Amino acid sequence: MAGVSSRTQLIRRRALLVGGVQVGLIGLLAGRLVQLQVVEGERYSRRAEDNRTAERPLAPERGEILDRRGRPLARNRETYRLLLVPEKAGPIDVALDEIGRLATLGPTARERVRRAVQKQPGFEPVVVLDDMSWEEMARLSLAIAEREGIFTNAAQRRIYPLGPAAAHAIGYVGRVSQKDLERSDSASLLRMPDFRIGKTGVERTQDETLRGAAGTRLMEITSTGRQRRELGRQEGLSGETLRLTLDAGLQRFAAGLFGKETGAAVLMDVRSGGLLATVSAPSFDPGAFHDGIADRQEWLSLAGDPLHPLSNRAVSGQYAPGSTFKIAVALAALEARVVSADQRFFCNGVHELGTGRFHCWRRGGHGHVDLFKALQQSCDIYFYEIAQRTGIDRIAAMARKLGLGAATGIELPGEHDGLIPTKAWKRKARDESWQVGETLLAGIGQGYVLATPLQLATMTARLANGAHAVLPRLIGGGNAPELKIDRRFLRIVRKGLAAVTGSRRGTAWNARIEEAGFEMAGKTGTSQVRRISRLERRLGVRKNEDLPREQRDHALFVGYAPADKPRYAAAVVVEHGGSGSKAAAPIARDLLLAAQKAETAAS
Amino acid sequence: MKAWEVRRPGLGVGGLLLRIDWVLVILLALTTAVGFAMLYSAAGGNIRPWAGPHALRFGAGLMVMMAVALIDIRFWLRCAYPIYAASLLLIVGVEFLGEVGMGAQRWLKVGPLSVQPSEFMKIALVLALARHFHALDDSEANSVPRLLLALALIAVPALLVARQPDLGTAAMIGAGGVALLFLGGISWRLFALFGIAAGALVPAVWYGLKDYQRDRVLTFLDPGRDLAGAGYHGFQSKIGIGSGGEFGKGYLEGTQSHLGFLPESHTDFIFAVISEEFGLAGGLFVLALYLAIMGYGFAIGFMARNDFTRLLAFGVTFTFFLFVFANVAMVAGLIPVVGVPLPFISYGGTAMLTLQIGFGLVLSAKVYRDVEMEEDASGRPAGPGSIAAIR
Repeated sequence: MAGVSSRTQLIRRRALLVGGVQVGLIGLLAGRLVQLQVVEGERYSRRAEDNRTAERPLAPERGEILDRRGRPLARNRETYRLLLVPEKAGPIDVALDEIGRLATLGPTARERVRRAVQKQPGFEPVVVLDDMSWEEMARLSLAIAEREGIFTNAAQRRIYPLGPAAAHAIGYVGRVSQKDLERSDSASLLRMPDFRIGKTGVERTQDETLRGAAGTRLMEITSTGRQRRELGRQEGLSGETLRLTLDAGLQRFAAGLFGKETGAAVLMDVRSGGLLATVSAPSFDPGAFHDGIADRQEWLSLAGDPLHPLSNRAVSGQYAPGSTFKIAVALAALEARVVSADQRFFCNGVHELGTGRFHCWRRGGHGHVDLFKALQQSCDIYFYEIAQRTGIDRIAAMARKLGLGAATGIELPGEHDGLIPTKAWKRKARDESWQVGETLLAGIGQGYVLATPLQLATMTARLANGAHAVLPRLIGGGNAPELKIDRRFLRIVRKGLAAVTGSRRGTAWNARIEEAGFEMAGKTGTSQVRRISRLERRLGVRKNEDLPREQRDHALFVGYAPADKPRYAAAVVVEHGGSGSKAAAPIARDLLLAAQKAETAAS
Repeated sequence: MKAWEVRRPGLGVGGLLLRIDWVLVILLALTTAVGFAMLYSAAGGNIRPWAGPHALRFGAGLMVMMAVALIDIRFWLRCAYPIYAASLLLIVGVEFLGEVGMGAQRWLKVGPLSVQPSEFMKIALVLALARHFHALDDSEANSVPRLLLALALIAVPALLVARQPDLGTAAMIGAGGVALLFLGGISWRLFALFGIAAGALVPAVWYGLKDYQRDRVLTFLDPGRDLAGAGYHGFQSKIGIGSGGEFGKGYLEGTQSHLGFLPESHTDFIFAVISEEFGLAGGLFVLALYLAIMGYGFAIGFMARNDFTRLLAFGVTFTFFLFVFANVAMVAGLIPVVGVPLPFISYGGTAMLTLQIGFGLVLSAKVYRDVEMEEDASGRPAGPGSIAAIR
C-alpha cells in the first residue's frame, strides 16, 4: 500500500495475526462441539437420558387368601385416604387445623404427619387420614376441592374377615421394616411407601407367592427428583390367590370355644393332614397393624401382655403332653412286645422304684389293669410298668413315628420342635446319664417330654387313619408316606380310646358325643405345672381349684371322630384349665361334632 | 478549527445515519433474536421473566449505541482518559458501596439499576490504550515511561477487579490490555519479556485465589474430582451439549435445561441450551454469527485512517471475541467455570450494554472515518467536538 506509514502497516500486520488467532480459537470451539456432539454424542445422550428418567416400581395387588370352600380369609379392599403435599399445602399446622375442622384428626395422627413431613422431600405426599368410607371421602373431596396441596385418593387395604379368630394362622401385613429389607432381594418394591409385607402367619410364610411381581413405571424426573410425567409402564403381576385347608366356619367356631381361657386347639383332616381350624387364645386384631407406626402403642401393649396374645400357641406352645402321651407309650410297648394287650398289672396307687415312690392319679389304685382298662381309666401305675419295660429309647422312637419331637414343617412361622428325650439326648444336653425314674415320668407324659398342640393333633391323626404318616399343612395336598406301625397295635389302642368316651368308667364319658354315628374317641391329659412334694402328698394334695391360676394343671385332650371310621382329629390344650376331661375334652367334642356336621351340611 | 474540518461538509444526522454500518447492527440484532428465542425456551416457553426484558434492553441499548455512533469520534478521543478515570472510580466505589452477589462484590446500585463497573472497564481500557498509542512512532511506543504507563493502565483495574474477587473479568481486562499492547506495536522482545514475567506470577496468583476459585480450577483440571459439587455444573453442561447431537432435540425439547439439570441456563450456560435443542448445527450457526460480527469490526479497523480508530476497532472486536471464547470454552469444558456471559444471548444487562457502547464506538469510527484527527498526542484539549462543529 503506497503512502501508508510503516506504523500503520505494523498495526495492520499485528491485527491480522491477532485476527488469525481469534479465528483459530473459534475453530477450536467448533472442533470441541464436534467432539462432544458427534464423536461422544451417544455417550452424553445416554447420560442425559439417565438424568431425565427414573424407574419407579408399580405395586402389584396382593393375592387373596381363601378357605377350603373359597370364602375369604384375607382380601383387599379399596379404601379412601386424604393426603397432603407439604410443599404445596403451606404451614403444616394450619393445614392440619383445616383438616381437623372437616374430620376427626387425633393428636397421634397429627404427630405422625408432622414427623413424616420432616423426614420426606416436600413433594412426596403424606397420608393424613386413612380408611375413610366412600361417603366421607366424597364429603371431604368437595370441601377441599379448591385447596392446593390436599387431595384424596384410593388405595388398597388388607381386610381380615375373621379378625382375631384366625389372626395367628393367617397373620397380618404391616409396613416394611429394616429387617425385612435385609432379608429380601427385591428392595425396590419393598421401599414403596404403600407396600405392605406379611409379618406373621401364612401372610409371612407365603409372602412371595402373595406378593406378586412389581411392574415398573418409567417416569420423567427433574433434577430434584420430582416426577413430571409417565413415559411408559409395564404392569406388574398380581399375587396368586392362596386357598387354604382351613374352614372359615369351623375356625370361627373353634376360636369362640375358648371364651376367656388361654390355650390352643387344632382340628385336622386325618387322611390329608390339612388343618380345618387352628386356634390360639388369647388373640388380637390383625387389621390393627396396617399402619405400623400409628399403632405402635397398641403393638407395645400386645407385645407386653403377660398372656402373650401374639404368640401362636398351636405351633410354638410346648406343653408336657401328660396322659395323652400314653398312646405313644402303649404302642411302643406293644411293638417292643414287652407286654401283650390282655396282660394285667395290679395298681394299688403306688409304684415303688428303689427308694422312689411313683403315684397313680387315683389314690386308692385301679386294682387289676390291662391295656384297655389302663387307657380307659388312664392308670398311671400300668404305664410306669410298661414304660420301664420298654425303655426310653424305644418310647422315643415310637413318639417320633407319631410325629412328635420335631417340627412338622407347617406353613407357619415360629414352630417349635417339642422334646422327646432319649438317653443320648440327656447325655448331650445335660451331661448326665439317664435315670430309670425319668423313663417312668416319660411314661405318663411328664418329665422332659414336651409337645406342641399341632404335634399332638398329628399323632392323633396318624393313629386314627392307621396307615399314613400324614403331616399337618394349610396349603395343597400330597401323599403322606406309609405309617410304619403294625395296624393291629393301632386297633388295640383305638379300642381303648373309644372306651374313654364310650364307657361310663372312661375318663371323658361326660364329654362324649351322644349322636349316633358321630361318636368321638380320645384321650384326656392333665399335665402338672408344679411338682407335688412328698410332704404335701402326706398332708393331702390340694385341689386344683384352690391353687392360684398359674400353678393349676394344664388340661389336654386329643381325639378323633367318628370313632369307628375316623375323619377328623383334634388336639386341645387349655392352659391351667385343671383336668383334661373337664376343660379340654368338651372343646374337642364340640369341634369334632361341628366338623362332622359341617361335612354333612356341605354334601 | 481548520485542522479538524470535515472533508465532506454538510452531512446532517440523516447523512450520518446512512454512514452507519447497518449490517453490523443487523447482525447484533439477529444475535439478540437468538438470545430471545433461547431465553423463551429456558423459561419453559415463556416471554417472562427473561426473553421480554432481554429484547427491551437491547432496544434501549440500541439507542445508546446509536448515540455513541453519532457523536464525533474526536470527542471520544478527547474523553478517552476521563472515561477511563471515571470507570476506575466506579470500581473503587463498589469496594465501599457495592452489593455482594454470587460471592463477589461487583454490583453498584444506582436507583433501580444495578451496574457492574468492571464490565465498563473492559471498553474504557480499550479506549484509554487506543488513545495511549495514538499517533506515535515505533520508538515512542516502545519508550520505557510510555510502556510503564500502559502497564499501569492495565494492571490497576485488573488487580482491583481481581480483589473483588471476580477473576474472570480481571483476566478478561488483562487479556484485552495485553492484546492492545501487542497491537499497539510493542516490540517482540519486550513482549516475550512480559510473557515470562507473567508466567512467574502464576504461583503468586494461585495463592491469592479464594477457595472456591481454586476449587474451580482444580475441578477443571480433573473433572472427576467432584462431580456432585464443584464439577457438577461443568459436567451437566457437557451432557447438555453432547446429548444434542448433530441437530438437537428440538426447540423447547431440551431435557437438561427444562428439567433443571443445567445450572444458570438463562445466563452463563445458555450456549448449552442452544447446543442441546439445536445440536451441532445450532452451535455452529451461533459461532458463525459471532465470526461475522468480528469480521465487520475487523474490517472497520482495517479501513480506519488513524491509529486511534484502528486500535479502537481491533480492541473492541478482540474484547467481543474474548466474551465469546471464554463463555463457549467454559460451557464446553475447555476452561474452568468463570462467570462470563455469552454476548447478546445470555440474560443480563451490563455485558450487553458494555458491548453496545463498544460497538457504538466502532460504528462512530466508521461514521467519522474521514475526519482529520489531531496528530498531537500530548492530550491538549482539541477544541469543541460536536455535531455542530462537523457541519
